[in-house]
Amino acid sequence: MSILVKNISKSYGDLIALKNLTLEVKEGELFGLIGPDGAGKTSLFRILTTLLIADEGTATVGDFDVISEYKEIRNSVGYMPGQFSLYQDLTVEENLNFFATIFGTTVEENYDLIKDIYIQIEPFKNRRAGKLSGGMKQKLALCCALIHNPKVLFLDEPTTGVDPVSRKEFWEMLKRLQQKGITILVSTPYMDEAALCDRIALIQHGKILDIESPQRIVENFPKKIFNVKASNMYQLIKSLKSYENNYSVYPFGEFIHYTDKRENFSKEELKLYLESQNLSEITIESTHPTIEDVFMELTKE
Amino acid sequence: MKQDNVIIAEELSKTFGDFTAVNAISFKVKKGEIFGFLGANGAGKTTAMKMLIGISYPSSGKANVVGYDVFTQAESIKKNIGYMSQKFALYDDLTVKENIVFFGGIYGLKRSVIKVKSEALINELGLQEVANNLVSSLPLGWKQKIAFSVALLHDPKIIFLDEPTGGVDPITRRQFWEMIYKTAHNGTTVFVTTHYMDEAEYCDRVSIMVDGKIEALDTPKKLKEQFDADTMNDVFLKLARG
Repeated sequence: MSILVKNISKSYGDLIALKNLTLEVKEGELFGLIGPDGAGKTSLFRILTTLLIADEGTATVGDFDVISEYKEIRNSVGYMPGQFSLYQDLTVEENLNFFATIFGTTVEENYDLIKDIYIQIEPFKNRRAGKLSGGMKQKLALCCALIHNPKVLFLDEPTTGVDPVSRKEFWEMLKRLQQKGITILVSTPYMDEAALCDRIALIQHGKILDIESPQRIVENFPKKIFNVKASNMYQLIKSLKSYENNYSVYPFGEFIHYTDKRENFSKEELKLYLESQNLSEITIESTHPTIEDVFMELTKE
Repeated sequence: MKQDNVIIAEELSKTFGDFTAVNAISFKVKKGEIFGFLGANGAGKTTAMKMLIGISYPSSGKANVVGYDVFTQAESIKKNIGYMSQKFALYDDLTVKENIVFFGGIYGLKRSVIKVKSEALINELGLQEVANNLVSSLPLGWKQKIAFSVALLHDPKIIFLDEPTGGVDPITRRQFWEMIYKTAHNGTTVFVTTHYMDEAEYCDRVSIMVDGKIEALDTPKKLKEQFDADTMNDVFLKLARG
């Protein structure tokens, strides 16, 4: 099942959550919505899962319209909201049975789909959901969203606040689900996860900045980026920012990502300038842009 | 020398029933240092931090924070540290100004001092136009920057930041780290937890907790050498996946 969003807008009073947003997710695709808090990701999820009505525009999931055919959509999609909607005072097993029953199915019928994930939390099947760790809640919520064998999976920030190890494991699970033919729309504020999607939409303030494959998005980056390093990071940031030809200066792990205003930028000239600022151990090397570089370029004011 | 270390923890432990959340951790944090406190969910970071900020008694071991003992002088610790959590930082239904005055009052600052500091804070963050708006109307990134500044109002010797940048857009995230650099540069120690591994690289030293123990502690550079990894993300994955 594919997803089609056409000219969707949504406001809450004065606050514009989505502004004339259009996108298409192809059948079987793993599609990422990448943007910070407040970008409008959750509003879009709620419209597509028929829990919220847009002010303008149309949307279909499969061939079903989100308003006139909401019942068909609800039966064929799985939704994992940002705050995992589990019943805190039911056990792991009870939650799973509950969600299966609601959709008129049984855990046994679709066990194959969740098996890989469920065996990791099975030792705690008698524990109440409220007493689970964040990582375990996340896995249980995913099982509950899958138990009726949906064709489309909506995952709203499934990895927010989750440590890098659990995040990696979660994405490995998503890849396996995609191989089973499920279309997946997933949102995340972690830009490094974007690289794991087939295509991504960068979104901020309710608008799409770009839609492309992660590879194409970084290829289209208009500037040359340099990794700059020196003995004192704080001083280095200050010096680069006061360098008259600087176009952007962003800390990136152990380096600063630097871009220059000019076409014919000279590393030697920058090095001399930094030395004149009393910096030492200076290195300047060209590097490849990341999705985060692209996002910052598109949101630069 | 004792005054150079703002945190000294020795064999610090916390148990809940038969579960050991923090298992005999020992480490020191120097004055003016940016110290990254990393670990997987459930590794014991929050429990350890609660002991250090004086809101949870250790089960055993010793710890001294800014010269005060966590067992006997917890109240003095609270007065001399700043703390900012991701979940709760500011009152949404108070204005920016009201929040500043409120927290200034809690820390016992005089009205005249609060007035001067609140004006300086508002100017520095460029908040003149929204100073009388409710905090709930501001974007998350702004809230986090204000919360950070508010936690520094009383000039604490150390500030504890619990996942301060979760969900914040990438540009604001970097502006936030520039504030951290500046704070450390001015001599205030920064103790920070994060799930962004690029941020771990910004720290002077990093500790990584696994199952209640500190399994690694060094500069990012040395940790990468030690674990033969290109990035802190790889270090983390190697350690926490075992």
